[in-house]
Amino acid sequence: METDTQTEIRSAMDIVTARQRGRALALELGFNGADVTLIAAAISEVARNIVDHAKKGEISMSSVNSSISGGRRGIQIIARDEGPGIRDVAQAMQYGYSTRKGLGVGLPGAKWLMDEFEIASEIGRGTTVTMKKWKR
Amino acid sequence: MQVPILKQGGYLIASIQSVLSDADLVQLRDNLGERVGTFRSRGVIIDVTVLDVIDSFATRTLRGIAHMLKLRGAETVIVGIQPDVAFAMVQLGLTLEGVGTALDLEEGLAYLDLRTKRTPVNGN
Ligand SMILES: Nc1ncnc2c1ncn2[C@@H]1O[C@H](COP(=O)(O)OP(=O)(O)OP(=O)(O)O)[C@@H](O)[C@H]1O
Ligand SMILES: [Mg+2]
Repeated sequence: METDTQTEIRSAMDIVTARQRGRALALELGFNGADVTLIAAAISEVARNIVDHAKKGEISMSSVNSSISGGRRGIQIIARDEGPGIRDVAQAMQYGYSTRKGLGVGLPGAKWLMDEFEIASEIGRGTTVTMKKWKR
Repeated sequence: MQVPILKQGGYLIASIQSVLSDADLVQLRDNLGERVGTFRSRGVIIDVTVLDVIDSFATRTLRGIAHMLKLRGAETVIVGIQPDVAFAMVQLGLTLEGVGTALDLEEGLAYLDLRTKRTPVNGN
């Protein structure tokens, strides 16, 4: 089953759409209710960052199978933008660090919510956050 | 989508009906600030039962509303945070520091009665 969705993120309402699609996909993949909400919250944070810091971008979501033994099933979420990029990723990942008047919770929070979290960013070129959560 | 605000006794009750845009939240803040003055309300209940996620933005906004209302002389209590939503907030490291919370509307009213030191308002 290939369930890929792509959501353009340009406004606050798109964040809601991405969250709802992520919720639907996670449910379809058999995640339990608590995990579905954790996934929706992580999507909300990375989508919010696109609106707040990069203005526009997109979020794609798909099912993934772990390459390691057992072939665990999971969800992969990729948030991509061509915004200003992040100068110091390690600093941006610190809890409480924000260049606006935010709480500085979004990035570290999303990392805590998911099982795998990677961020690639280049000044002037944009930011890509890739995160995964495996079914328990 | 606008948030309806009901007046119950000396309190205001705002029930969030669906997911809100940023503009809706700003409007909710402004409307509550204004009505607290008009009705001389001492307490405000914000019911978030239907929210599927309370993320950093929603947390910051709810805190902002509560602090603003406090400066207008009213206590705020957030009611109806669902178990999964609360769990995700904990995982995100989010707190509603300085903002009252209660299980549901009834507990919220009891909380406000206590905080505003009034005898229970009529009608409930
Ligand atoms: N997509 C992005 N493009 C450019 N900069 C970003 C992006 N995402 C995050 N950042 C930078 O990383 C910082 C930390 O992000 P984080 O989400 O943790 O906090 P915040 O967005 O500032 O506040 P909060 O998420 O708590 O409302 C941001 O302040 C911003 O400078
Ligand atoms: Mg953020």
